[in-house]
This record gives sequence, structure tokens and C-alpha cells, in this order.
Amino acid sequence: MSYLKDIYRSMSSMLSGMQLTGHYFMNFRKAETEQYPDNRLTLKMSPRFKGELTLLHNVQNMHKCTGCSACQLACPNGSITILEKRELTEDGKNKKRLQTFVWQHSMCTFCSLCVDSCPTGALKMEQRFEFTVADRKTLTKTLNKEGSQLAPDLR
Amino acid sequence: MPELETITETGEYILNVGPQHPATHGVMHLRIKLDGEIIESIEPVLGYIHRSIEKMSESLTYRQLIQMTSRMDYLSAHINNTGVALTIERALQVEVPQRALVVRTILAELTRLASHQLWWAATGLDLGAVTPFFLGFRDREVITTIFEEVCGSRLTMNYIVPGGLMEDIPNGFAERVNKFLIDFEHHLPEYDQLLSDNEIFLARNVGIGILSKEEALSFGCSGPMARASGLSCDVRKWHPYDLYSSLEFNEVLLTQGDCYARYKVRIREMYQSIRIIKQLINQIPEGEYQAKVKKIIKLPEGEYYERVETARGEFGVYIISDGKSSNPYRIKYRSPGFSNLASLSALATGGNIGDLVAIMASIDLVIPDIDR
Ligand code: SF4
Ligand code: SF4
Repeated sequence: MSYLKDIYRSMSSMLSGMQLTGHYFMNFRKAETEQYPDNRLTLKMSPRFKGELTLLHNVQNMHKCTGCSACQLACPNGSITILEKRELTEDGKNKKRLQTFVWQHSMCTFCSLCVDSCPTGALKMEQRFEFTVADRKTLTKTLNKEGSQLAPDLR
Repeated sequence: MPELETITETGEYILNVGPQHPATHGVMHLRIKLDGEIIESIEPVLGYIHRSIEKMSESLTYRQLIQMTSRMDYLSAHINNTGVALTIERALQVEVPQRALVVRTILAELTRLASHQLWWAATGLDLGAVTPFFLGFRDREVITTIFEEVCGSRLTMNYIVPGGLMEDIPNGFAERVNKFLIDFEHHLPEYDQLLSDNEIFLARNVGIGILSKEEALSFGCSGPMARASGLSCDVRKWHPYDLYSSLEFNEVLLTQGDCYARYKVRIREMYQSIRIIKQLINQIPEGEYQAKVKKIIKLPEGEYYERVETARGEFGVYIISDGKSSNPYRIKYRSPGFSNLASLSALATGGNIGDLVAIMASIDLVIPDIDR
């Protein structure tokens, strides 16, 4: 008798599980997963998503980096190198300026400590996340754009 | 080399499981001595993904080394980060704003939920059921999306800093979490329906891999692993941090100590986590999200130890500071996975090789946490 009971119990436990599977099979809804790369054009990452590090430039090609190297010090693995230059300002002072902002993409851990440490808010982690390249040398990037300048209010 | 021999002089068979094997959930290597199908001895061989995080941390500043802990137990990243931040805060005697504490506690419990969901999904998969994998990941996906909105990362976060949070929580955080809780409370009974009462699952788990309370204690097990053997060890109860002293929740304790008890403890812990989040989510106070802490942190000379309860057990942070430099003189992490794995020989010896997969699934191994 208990033998039959065992069979009944195991069958019913399995059927109840199957019932759930069947329920989801019959009531299929929108896919829970991202249909990447089919949705590449419409895919929007959340605003805080940590993708590529960028030095923000405005339309006049001005950035806010004063070249203070705080981000270089904050970076745990030396992904950032700030190369400075000296520049004579209008009132005759010899001031430190950013020459090149080098970011080694391949070393970055996306911790955003650099963004957090920047006193002027010059950095941001952008949403772009497709980083594949054919040559890893191209992963060493210069973040300040050609001919860009420090914003006037920070000079 | 004797290690490469597969048959010993006395006729036992040496079986190597891993380092690349799906059941080990990562790069771990087990050397098993078999007598027929019976496990005579089992020995984990570690070190395949050792990254010397502790040594590396000695040359990093206190702010920089937090992100390393996300790469240890990556399923409890927020909780690990909290552990280090807590140690630094208590050493500096910083008062963390209430808002940050509430958010930290919510995130910690969400992390625990996500970790247990992944464990449940993987357990099902290990034991041959594929559906749990999809259902577990369906729910976990919502949590990781919430994490992504809060701190920009889905797995290796760096959101908790000494003094509070790196950024304020985004708008609509509470609504998102509330919506998830409603959905998940509805989904959690499905977990039971699908797996907990399943006859095959029961046959493979009940009475398998029994760990007694004394053994749990002597191996230094913690977390669900020890609580399934009746050892009360919840850090949130014994050494409350964040807001846990003022919250209502139960420490889940079972006494059987077998694989099924460990399974049950984790399932019930999910209910407790939901209960904790519910108490906080609608009362996130306004105000600061970060206390003022110097940019360059220097701890006063001395030794500091704090612990937190991750999804796997007690995570301890031990820092020695020489009081002069801005990096720790020595740092040691007590990771729960390592001690839990130590009990493997007690669990599996004398049992069938086929039960090993169920036992490993019930330990909930995260190998980077063990190897660091
Ligand atoms: S990006 Fe910010 S922190 Fe880095 S050098 Fe420029 S101003 Fe300083
Ligand atoms: S995100 Fe972190 S690792 Fe990457 S450049 Fe910034 S500080 Fe360095």
C-alpha cells in the first residue's frame, strides 16, 4: 500500500512542477532577455551605466580638465596618465595645463573612482559598451579632443 | 610524479574533477580517491585563480582597495564592499548618515536575494533540471538591472565608499524595488513548486552530505551552511552592523545538516530578506548620502577587525595600519567560502561519487572567494 502511495506522491510532485513549466509554456510573454544584437539600435543603457570613460567636451570644444592629476592618483591600476604642459596665461602667469589625457582602456576596471575624484567634474563614464577592436594598441586612448581647450571659467 | 598516477598501489582509483568542470562552478580542482563508487578521500586543490588580492591591497589606498573585494565573492559584491567600508569607518569613528545606512542595508539584502536566486538556479541545473535556471535568472535579472541603475555595474560594483555611498540613489529606486518585491513574492512559491517538493530532487538531497553541528563549528563554517546544522552564527544578529539591530527578522536555523537542510535555509532566508527590505524601502530618509571623509584616508595605528554577513557566511576584514601611510600595512580577508569548502571532505567521504554534485551545489561555492 505504501508502495502505491509513494508512486502517487512522486507522480503528483512531478506533475505539479510540470504544471508550472506548462503554464509558462502556454502563457509566453515578452522575452525577459535582451535581444542583443538585434536591438542594437534601440538598446539604451541606464544613465549611470559604466562604459567608456570620456572627458566631456562642449560644443565649443572646451573641457573642464585642469590637469590636476587627481584622477591619476585615484586610479587603482594606473589606467590614467596625465601629461601636462606649461602655458602662459593672458595676465602673464605660467600655469599648468593639460596636454594629453591618456586612458588605457584595456587596464580599466570601471570602478569610476576617477570620476568621483575629479574636483571639476570633467569626467563621465559613457553608455557605450562595445569595445572590441582588432588591434589592442588602439585601446590606449587620448581623451582630450584635437584642439580642445580648458573652459574659460577654470583658467 | 605520483600525482599523475590514476591507480594507487592499493588499487584505489584517483579521479580528477576540474579545474574546468561545470559542477565546480569555477576553476577548482578536486582530487578524489575512489573505491569503486565510494569516495575514500577528497582533496580540493586550490590556487588556479589566485590573484593575491590581499598582497595587492597593501599597495593600494583605502579607497582603491574596496573595488578589489567585489572581485572576490562577486555574488556578494555590495556586502563585501560594506565590510571594508565598515572597518574603515569604525577605525576613523565616522558617523554614517542614516540615508546611506538604509540604502546599504537594502542593497545588501537585494544582493543576498540575487545570490540565492543564482544558487537556486545553478542547483537545479547541477541536478539535471533546466527550468529552475531560467526562472532563477528571470528574477535575478530584475535585481541586477536595479543595481545597474543605482551604481552602473551589474556584477563588480564599487558603490559603497568609506562614509556612505558614492552617489545618491537614483529617482524611482523605491518604486523599482517595490515592484520587484511584489513580483518576487509571487514567484518564490514557484521555486517550491518546481524543486523543493520534487521527488527526484528530494531523493538526491535528503540525508546526503550530513554535517554535524560540531563539525560545522570545527571547520569554521558560517552562513546557511552552518545554520543548516543548527549552529547559530548570523553576524547580523550577533554583531549587528548597518541597521540590522533595529530590524525584525529571524535567523533561519535547521538541525538536519544535510543538503536539503542547506537548501531550505537559503529558501527561507529569501523570505527573511524580503521582510527586511519591506521594513526599509518606504522609509528611506532624506539627507546626506555620504559623511565627510578625507580624500586621502589614513587609519590610526592599530589593528581593526569587522565582519559582515554575506550570502555565504561571515566575511571578515582584518586591517593592520602603521598610522603613517595611506595604505594598509597588512590586510587579511576571512572569506566564508574557504572555510565552507574545508568541510567538503567531511561531507563527501564515504558517500557515492554521484552525490558529490549535490553536495557541491549545496555548499554554494564561489571560487574567486576561496582563492582570492
Ligand atoms: S580629469 Fe579632473 S581629476 Fe583628472 S586631471 Fe583633469 S581636472 Fe584633474
Ligand atoms: S574607472 Fe577606475 S580603473 Fe578605470 S580609469 Fe577610472 S579610476 Fe582607473
